[in-house]
Amino acid sequence: MTGWFADFMNHPATYLKSGWLQISVTNLLVILLMLAIFTLAIFLPFPKDKNRHHE
Amino acid sequence: MSQMWTAKLRNKWQKELPIEKLLPDDQPAYVSSWIYVFGVLTLATLAVIIFSGIILAFQGPAWYHISKTGKFVNSLHFWSVQLFFVFMVIHLWGKFWMAAWRGNRFATWATGAVAFIASIATAFTGYLVQTNFDSQWISFEAKDGFNSVGVGAWFNVTNLGQMLLLHVAFLPAILGVLTVVHVLMVRKRGVVPPIDSEPSPVNEASK
Repeated sequence: MTGWFADFMNHPATYLKSGWLQISVTNLLVILLMLAIFTLAIFLPFPKDKNRHHE
Repeated sequence: MSQMWTAKLRNKWQKELPIEKLLPDDQPAYVSSWIYVFGVLTLATLAVIIFSGIILAFQGPAWYHISKTGKFVNSLHFWSVQLFFVFMVIHLWGKFWMAAWRGNRFATWATGAVAFIASIATAFTGYLVQTNFDSQWISFEAKDGFNSVGVGAWFNVTNLGQMLLLHVAFLPAILGVLTVVHVLMVRKRGVVPPIDSEPSPVNEASK
């Protein structure tokens, strides 16, 4: 692996620590991303099916 | 009526899960929401994981650590797992907050929860059999944890053969059965309605 991505990956993870809680910035970002997708999945409108027959 | 166990099983199956419910061509209106998509996204990524895993098993580490195609399939397997867990956890959150065990759906909820735990075990053994420095680090950190609870001799994370067989045979079989039962339970009981929705005829009929 070479280039900027290798430089980005090739060092120990940065950790955030507060008392007993310790989490890597990467894991925190993944959790925040999942919460963002969850929120969008609830609030974004779902496309209507134009072929759906209403009986 | 025949008293053969096959006849009894067939009659029970036809009563509990007729083909119209097994392969429906319509769903209640409330299923038209993005939050209802994550179950099938989890299944789709599981299909990619199984397919890429079968290729890796046939070709072996000498292929997937060296050739470009092998590295690609290896990465496909790995990143499908990451997506699998993202989709599965969002599916879990959605079902938890809509109390998806309502309407006699406890078995659906329970098989999903156990499948989640089985997925963690399968992914964990997968990390251990990467045959790289990452797997070496994870196994040597994990062995202390397992030894401290007294199961290290029985479940030895530094035993590559044991972890590989668990990862490619035993655990996928468990996860596969749980997934099939989970999906059949969803078809049998119907997709859970939102908490404030009107009762659906489809779901009411399945109770």
